[in-house]
Amino acid sequence: MTAKVSYEAVEVGTELPARTFPVTRATLVQYAGASGDFNPIHWNERFAREVGLPDVIAHGMFTMAEAIRVVTDWAGDPGAVVEYGVRFTKPVVVPDDDKGAQIEVTGKVAALLDDRRVRVDLTVMSDGKKVLGMSRAVVQLA
Amino acid sequence: MALDQSFVGRTYPPTAPYEVGREKIREFAEAVGDAHPAYTDPEAAKALGHADVIAPPTFVFSITFKAAGQVIEDPQLGLDYSRVVHGDQKFVYVRPVCAGDRLSVTSTIEAVKSMAGNDILDVRGDVHDESGELVVTAWTKLVARAAEEA
Repeated sequence: MTAKVSYEAVEVGTELPARTFPVTRATLVQYAGASGDFNPIHWNERFAREVGLPDVIAHGMFTMAEAIRVVTDWAGDPGAVVEYGVRFTKPVVVPDDDKGAQIEVTGKVAALLDDRRVRVDLTVMSDGKKVLGMSRAVVQLA
Repeated sequence: MALDQSFVGRTYPPTAPYEVGREKIREFAEAVGDAHPAYTDPEAAKALGHADVIAPPTFVFSITFKAAGQVIEDPQLGLDYSRVVHGDQKFVYVRPVCAGDRLSVTSTIEAVKSMAGNDILDVRGDVHDESGELVVTAWTKLVARAAEEA
């Protein structure tokens, strides 16, 4: 594993480059196919409303996959991620239009750990709501 | 109905190996819109010290969740899957999942709780490669919401 960021180059509070990831209904269909998760709440508006959701929602695992890109792009080597966990707090609601929804991700170094590792805390928002909680990664730096 | 506490600690038999393919990794990376070359270009992955293209961090969930199906669908446990939502997810990696890996998952029930009528189930999936080495451990918290009063 060869992260491009050196442990010496960061401190608590170092911000990672923020990213915004778009998600449309087409994105969800593609993710369903690639992941094998065909739960109809992620593509069938009628079904989603029947089970009490406001509309079709993104797969939680899709949101989790997008959020870690802030870390993998920063680290340079996705293999430098040694731990990653999230809590699914609010759904990402994806309307049936060309714009869909946006997943906004920011991250900062929250702790310096042993063995040249750091903990990065992520903030993941959509439509003004925090959609992931306790979203943390441990990264092996160079 | 509250789940049976005696299931805590129960381990299910390891799954038949899942062979990780380069094209499946590419399909997943494209679906999440991630163009990192380590996911699609073996030379780029090797330059980072990996044996072949690697999978994005959450790729392995498809494998561990399918394995957790043994637990979720265990009729003796009696989880009402129609009411289940994904609460938490965590991965701890020994190394990244790599094309060519043949991965087997052993699922263990770590906790069974009832809170405010909700059933909460924590399942750990230990993912081993063909040589028996641990690759990644996945923790999945599932919450079965309380059934509405009839």
